[in-house]
Amino acid sequence: MSLLSNTGVLLGKELRTEFRSRELLTTTFVFILIVIVLFSFTFDPTSDESRRFAPGLIWLAFLFASSLMLQPCFLREQHNDTLSALRLSLSDPFVIFLAKLAANTLFLLLTELLLLPFFATMYNVPVLGVLHWLVMVFFLASLGISIAGTALSAISAQARMRELLLPLLMLPLLTPILVASTEVTKALFDRTPFVQWKGIGFLAVFDVVFLTALWLFGEYLLEE
Amino acid sequence: MTPAAFSPAGLRFENIEKRYGGLYALRRVSLSIAPGECVVFAGRNGSGKTTLLRVAARLVRPSKGTLEFSGESGDGEANSVRPGFVAHATMVYDELTAEENLLLFARLQGTPQPGNRVEALLQEVGLSDRRASLVRTFSRGMRQRVAIARALLHEPSVLLLDEPATGLDPHGVTWLAETICRLRDSGRTILMSLHGESEISSLGTRAIRLDAGSIAADTRTGATFRSILTFAGA
Repeated sequence: MSLLSNTGVLLGKELRTEFRSRELLTTTFVFILIVIVLFSFTFDPTSDESRRFAPGLIWLAFLFASSLMLQPCFLREQHNDTLSALRLSLSDPFVIFLAKLAANTLFLLLTELLLLPFFATMYNVPVLGVLHWLVMVFFLASLGISIAGTALSAISAQARMRELLLPLLMLPLLTPILVASTEVTKALFDRTPFVQWKGIGFLAVFDVVFLTALWLFGEYLLEE
Repeated sequence: MTPAAFSPAGLRFENIEKRYGGLYALRRVSLSIAPGECVVFAGRNGSGKTTLLRVAARLVRPSKGTLEFSGESGDGEANSVRPGFVAHATMVYDELTAEENLLLFARLQGTPQPGNRVEALLQEVGLSDRRASLVRTFSRGMRQRVAIARALLHEPSVLLLDEPATGLDPHGVTWLAETICRLRDSGRTILMSLHGESEISSLGTRAIRLDAGSIAADTRTGATFRSILTFAGA
């Protein structure tokens, strides 16, 4: 019970500080928007081309943007050594990860949903009919990106070349998520949309495995 | 300060070593600190003061050796003792107000009636009228007051202060000395690291000089006490 209530308290802090500064949301939103707009200039997609290329493009944009979003996750805690204050206050350090990955998932999901109308308009992809399935894929993939990314952010924050290290560690590790979510999205954008359960199952398993690993070993990532 | 709502606790460091790669931050430190003692750690930069305090706070796991906390009765209530820690950094969020910071940590620590406790502490540290201001708008002295209030939220029986006067003006140092004096008189065990002799160092009942991660001198008497502080600050 204290795990959930403490996570709620800490998640409240994460949301309050972000909505006060809007740094992460703004930079991530603008980054993805720029990628979407630039790609729409470089090739003038027909409806069929969009169906083939757009899912990969949007997930690549989400993945790169998430490395921007996750970078300050633990760096912010180093500024005033607030991570130590959290470790001193909490008996279970998993709370810190749980709150941060919940916040990151929410921020990513929010950005993705805000950008979906721009994407659908520019690439002429109908999304309304499959919106509920898209939201599910966005959620499962964002959760996976946040779980792995939050753990790697804790590791890279202690390293010397921290700005470079996070994308270097994160992007290869998240390749399976990129492939699975692209395949599922491609199936949803098909002329006769269908749900690719294999991909959805893979995303769910990825989330469970990495969350369990974080629960078991997360404590060691926070040690000095 | 509010009347003691804690059992005085002592600490015992037993052959503590801390290595970072091949570098020794602490070498076989063995030390017993009785409940209610006010110990001043002195020593040059890199002598191991901060590492020792962070080991005591359980923020750093020693490479070797053990740390034990004990109640006055010597019943060894090891993990129930959660020290209050004030570090170089303020350990509070700049983007939150003083009140939000204290409420956040009070809730995470499971402090009963967090609102009342925060209210009382804001009054004690003289920040009641600035409770709703963001910490980033505070001076160094005000931030240090928030940091001390945060460390006192759970009524700790052991207080660890790592160079608490860093960056404070003379008025701030006087306030800090008065605060530490009240905390010491309330029966708390205090361990603090300092540079040189000051208003604050005179509050110590014991001085320990660290040199290259080892204890070089340990005394409770006047002349040697002063020499430890002045030598270390030299």
